Amino acid sequence: MATPPSAAEIVARFEIRHGRFLDAKGRALCPLPDFARDPRELVALYRAMVLARSFDAKAIALQRTGRLGTYSSALGQEAVAVGIAGAMRAEDVLLPSFREHGAQLLRGVSLYELFLFWGGDERGSDFKGPREDFPICVPVGTHAPHAAGVALAFKLRHQARVAVCVIGDGATSKGDVAEAFNVAGVWRLPVVYVVNNNGWAISVPRDRQTAAETLAQKAIAAGFEGEQVDGNDVIAVREAMSRALEKARAGGGPSLIEAITYRLGDHTTADDASRYRTDSEVSARWAEDPIARLRSHLLAEGAWSKEEEERLLADSAAAIEEALERYLATPPQGPETMFDFTYEALPKDLLEQRAAALSAPGESRGPPATER
Amino acid sequence: MPEITLVEAVTLALARAMAEDKEVVLLGEDIGVDGGVFRATDGLLARFGAERVFDTPLAEAMIAGLSVGLAAQGFRPVAEIQFTGFIYPIIDQILNHASRLRTRTRGRLTCPLVVRSPYGGGIRAIEHHSESPEALFAHIPGLRVVIPSSPRRAYGLLLAAIRDPDPVMFLEPTRLYRSAREEVEDTGEPLPLDRAFVLREGGDITFVGWGAMLKETLLAADRLEADGIGAEVIDAATLKPFDTETLFASVQKTGRCVIVHEAALTGGFGGEIAARLAEGALTSLLAPVARVAGWDTVIPGLRVERHYMPGENRILEAARKTLAFA
Ligand SMILES: Cc1ncc(C[n+]2csc(CCOP(=O)(O)OP(=O)(O)O)c2C)c(N)n1
Ligand SMILES: [Mg+2]
Repeated sequence: MATPPSAAEIVARFEIRHGRFLDAKGRALCPLPDFARDPRELVALYRAMVLARSFDAKAIALQRTGRLGTYSSALGQEAVAVGIAGAMRAEDVLLPSFREHGAQLLRGVSLYELFLFWGGDERGSDFKGPREDFPICVPVGTHAPHAAGVALAFKLRHQARVAVCVIGDGATSKGDVAEAFNVAGVWRLPVVYVVNNNGWAISVPRDRQTAAETLAQKAIAAGFEGEQVDGNDVIAVREAMSRALEKARAGGGPSLIEAITYRLGDHTTADDASRYRTDSEVSARWAEDPIARLRSHLLAEGAWSKEEEERLLADSAAAIEEALERYLATPPQGPETMFDFTYEALPKDLLEQRAAALSAPGESRGPPATER
Repeated sequence: MPEITLVEAVTLALARAMAEDKEVVLLGEDIGVDGGVFRATDGLLARFGAERVFDTPLAEAMIAGLSVGLAAQGFRPVAEIQFTGFIYPIIDQILNHASRLRTRTRGRLTCPLVVRSPYGGGIRAIEHHSESPEALFAHIPGLRVVIPSSPRRAYGLLLAAIRDPDPVMFLEPTRLYRSAREEVEDTGEPLPLDRAFVLREGGDITFVGWGAMLKETLLAADRLEADGIGAEVIDAATLKPFDTETLFASVQKTGRCVIVHEAALTGGFGGEIAARLAEGALTSLLAPVARVAGWDTVIPGLRVERHYMPGENRILEAARKTLAFA
């Protein structure tokens, strides 16, 4: 656009802050928030990140041997999910995308349930723990309006609860996400949107997704606060989340947190990232590994030791192994379960189909092979 | 001539169409640098450049709407929706705009676009990756719905779809992408968009299906043949417009018809076919028309999926019942 007439006034401005506490080597850049001065709190976050990473490694191995479906790992992004859930209260509601198992685990979803879900078994979304949390959302960004709806329910019932919705950088290009931001802003809903910005949406890099300098500023357009944090600094994620949750709980409306991280792995087990990004880009980003960063910090503070590290790795592996054995020993559900949750009460014609399915002749070709 | 897969035939047709007509452009998520998650557009960015092959931001409704604008301007956009599970937001653009722009403007503006999408189940995918929404699209006036079931048909039908002056939904059976192989000559010859294909002739019973289900249907036909029963197998291929003639000619011969599809039974396209038979071929029928389809349920996760997909045994059972009807 050409320059406007000289009488034109500036009617709006915005700034986006980028928050971090630890540098890539785990050194504090400024005084840490209260919770982070308690080593037990930090160790809990550390354990949660390590467990999430161990689960990823196991899940990928299982997919490779045909015992799990396509899987999306969160390698390198553990601090985002863990920082989010670490700040939430049990009564809040999480609406995750598909890289937030670190948050789900902290909220009480079990390793066994995660295996079931990624193994293609719907029981994996029937969490015994956080009963009101939403299942993993595969259609990108479609859960953003759900979060606004959950938040509206809290608001209508005068409950001091917050909906937390996690989406990817790619998701911010979607209409339903923009629509959700808009209604959350105009109705001041108690919702926190976290953009898990891992730099890529499959093969599309962040700078090809939008010309906006930050994704956080999409909140500004919808009339609420947005900020960036270093998503590989779990202290920064957790601290920003705490402020956003507190604000929402107090009736101050929505916030958006853009957590800048990096997807160190392939998009999913069906993807080959070497087709669109270089190994050197990826190896450079390992220097920002969120787990190594917090470990360095804890070691420097004398809050962690080699022995504890070894025990943690062994404990995580054992917990995963136990959940895995249980998963592998769980027979698939019968064909009747396709029907049983379609409605609360099955209509007559569906009951007839159900009976037909149960007496249907066995399929000779068996389960089809993966073709990707 | 080497055999190629169905997905390679799609690439071949896209390349041919792009080489022939500079107005043909491709757009979609991950179709450029990555060549598409199934590699259907592999190599096309390198060959035709970034002004013909667009990696779009992640937004399906936008992709369809953008295609409407391009098409109205005389381009021939071929949009890829990464999986049919993510195609639902485009229904607004397709139904309210693409399929009726010609009608609304009395032909002044038209919409020669193609939407391609991997379609159907049976690939052990996670949730929302196994959908069969062909009937939703077949219900939209002004739209064509095309489903290839072999590399050669994928090649010829896709070329025809791109050259067609009206919007076409082109649903590619994911399960056949790499399992179906055949020699395909790159002649540029299209296949008609209003003709069913008789895949196999027989005088005793007619099977009609489309997409990946034809695999199991042909297996069922083999087994009937072993018992001395001749099964005719029709690939409907173009659901809209549907080739009633080919079906009626077959049913006049056999008197018996079994319709097979993977999509849920109720409101599925099989119902339309049964209605046409009731309207126009009732006197040829010796037995009630049977449908073998997906159940009226959400397609289940991969551990139970095989109970959902109609297999050759279910097809065979329906056929035997139909044959036994006196
Ligand atoms: C609506 C929709 N379109 C396409 C897809 C296929 N798909 C799965 S993940 C993905 C990229 C998502 O990128 P981003 O939002 O950045 O999340 P990330 O995968 O990086 O965590 C795509 C295109 C989908 N799941 N949903
Ligand atoms: Mg991303």
